[in-house]
Amino acid sequence: MSHAPTTVQDRPTPVPTGVKSSLSSRSLPRWAPIGFAAVAIALGVGTSLAAGWHSRIQWGLISALLFVIISYVATTVVENQRQAKDRLATSIVWVCFLVAVVPLASLLWTTVSRGSERLDGYFLTHSMAGVLGSEASGGVYHALIGTLEQVGIATVISAPLGLLTAVYLVEYGKGALARAVTFFVDVMTGIPSIVAGLFILSIMLIASIEPSGLMGALALTILMIPVVVRSTEEMLKLVPNELREASLALGIPKWRTILKVVLPTAIGGITTGVMLAIARIAGETAPIILLVFGSQLINTNPFEGAQSSLPFYIYEQYKIGEAASYDRAWAAALVLIAFVMILNLVARGIARWKAPKSGR
Amino acid sequence: MAKRIDVGGLTAYYGSHKAIEDISMTVEPRSVTAFIGPSGCGKSTFLRTLNRMHEVTPGGRVEGKVLLDDENLYGTGVDPVTVRRTVGMVFQRPNPFPTMSIFDNVAAGLRLNGSYRKNQLSDIVEKSLRGANLWNEVKDRLNKPGSGLSGGQQQRLCIARAIAVEPEVLLMDEPCSALDPISTLAIEDLIGELKERFTIVIVTHNMQQAARVSDRTAFFNLAAVGKPGRLIEIDETERIFSNPSVQATEDYISGRFG
Repeated sequence: MSHAPTTVQDRPTPVPTGVKSSLSSRSLPRWAPIGFAAVAIALGVGTSLAAGWHSRIQWGLISALLFVIISYVATTVVENQRQAKDRLATSIVWVCFLVAVVPLASLLWTTVSRGSERLDGYFLTHSMAGVLGSEASGGVYHALIGTLEQVGIATVISAPLGLLTAVYLVEYGKGALARAVTFFVDVMTGIPSIVAGLFILSIMLIASIEPSGLMGALALTILMIPVVVRSTEEMLKLVPNELREASLALGIPKWRTILKVVLPTAIGGITTGVMLAIARIAGETAPIILLVFGSQLINTNPFEGAQSSLPFYIYEQYKIGEAASYDRAWAAALVLIAFVMILNLVARGIARWKAPKSGR
Repeated sequence: MAKRIDVGGLTAYYGSHKAIEDISMTVEPRSVTAFIGPSGCGKSTFLRTLNRMHEVTPGGRVEGKVLLDDENLYGTGVDPVTVRRTVGMVFQRPNPFPTMSIFDNVAAGLRLNGSYRKNQLSDIVEKSLRGANLWNEVKDRLNKPGSGLSGGQQQRLCIARAIAVEPEVLLMDEPCSALDPISTLAIEDLIGELKERFTIVIVTHNMQQAARVSDRTAFFNLAAVGKPGRLIEIDETERIFSNPSVQATEDYISGRFG
């Protein structure tokens, strides 16, 4: 009886030298991207100084390019090709992000630092009545009133119109009419504001209507409706069909389903869309120049007489070309940005407050 | 409460596609009727024709008649909204209204129909939640959102919502397919209780479930992919599962097809 003894191998499995264990491999430390960035910026600044370039944009672009190249090469050497591609894509995304954010931050900073010089209670509560362009007094009150009223009227007209159009397109529309409406909404999205202004102006000339805030608001309405329709449409499409069916199956009529189930579910997104549309029209200058005419005086009646508005005021003060008027223009720009910012914050607040809740 | 359904020569289309063809059957009141059959054979489509939900789908249309205690649902002048109040429905996936609290979800049908008295509302909600075996689990958090419940609780919430409007018939489209076995058991027990008051039609892919909960079972099949689904046979559940009269039913139930 040949009993083959089972030999227990007590030697460890030989590890072939040069081959790493299969799952882990050499990797760069977590702070590597920051290191790459520091090296790239140092190199970029150094090269630029050596070459005697003055433009800071050039410095930045060279540093960005170096950053991408250094991360790619270093990762290829230390890690491997696949990681390097991953790093390359990440680096490019970061660079693009910075390229987009830097001008925005710079713009915001310039506006805040230059605008805050003149921005105070006096500036917000006084008009330009009887103020010479070179005088360091006067204010933005009349323009603020004008913007609030014109944008307010435009919103009151276009928000319901846009909302109803979107409801029609999503819930009812089919066939040629819906396709035509969609097409014209798309066309309207691309209308330049001056064309909208000219359209209203031609009506004013035909019907011999005097310039007023209302006319400007009508032009703004033309610009605002397609934005509201588009964003609301997308939001309504996001409401799951199951909710509509659940409601219909309870014997709830379609119109009440839309009113009580579909719209409340989408209300957060719809509000955000309307606010963004307001932000878009609040900065329009061209229709105001054409249709509201501009004024130095406080006119709280949007239906009669010339008014001013913030973007028009900025343009006007800039045209005067005095140091004091530049300050006023910057301060008014800050007021306009703050107006849009506050609207956006309000919209976000409403969206969060109204969003479907999922808490337990 | 609880009406009989008589279906005669019913054919349903999606656009030009014929989904089900020439279906005739009777659904007895105060009983559970189960629809079984392979996927795509038109069980759900047929179920949706019973409360005129089929025509909600774009291109959906129906020929034939569905009598609810001798009144044709597809007769002229019949309002689909009224039909759906009489024939309620529970869907495959739980779909509570996300903007509403548990209480509002159950009250939704009554509130949005405008057919309620304020002081009765909380009684009806409690009764419906008790009817759906959910009351003890949610009575302390009626004002919390319905979407915060577990899947099984959400489905029972949807059942409570459906029975709150006091329908005559309750249609259930695979109500347990998204649920775990314990929630499924809870819903099956509930179906057993609900059939005392309602006529119940349930679509299921689970044949054990059909055998457990239903009094009568209908087997649907389709001749080939793309062909319309047909009713093969309908009989007492016991007979269908022990000694069906059609070979195709036996093949399907015992797992031999094709």
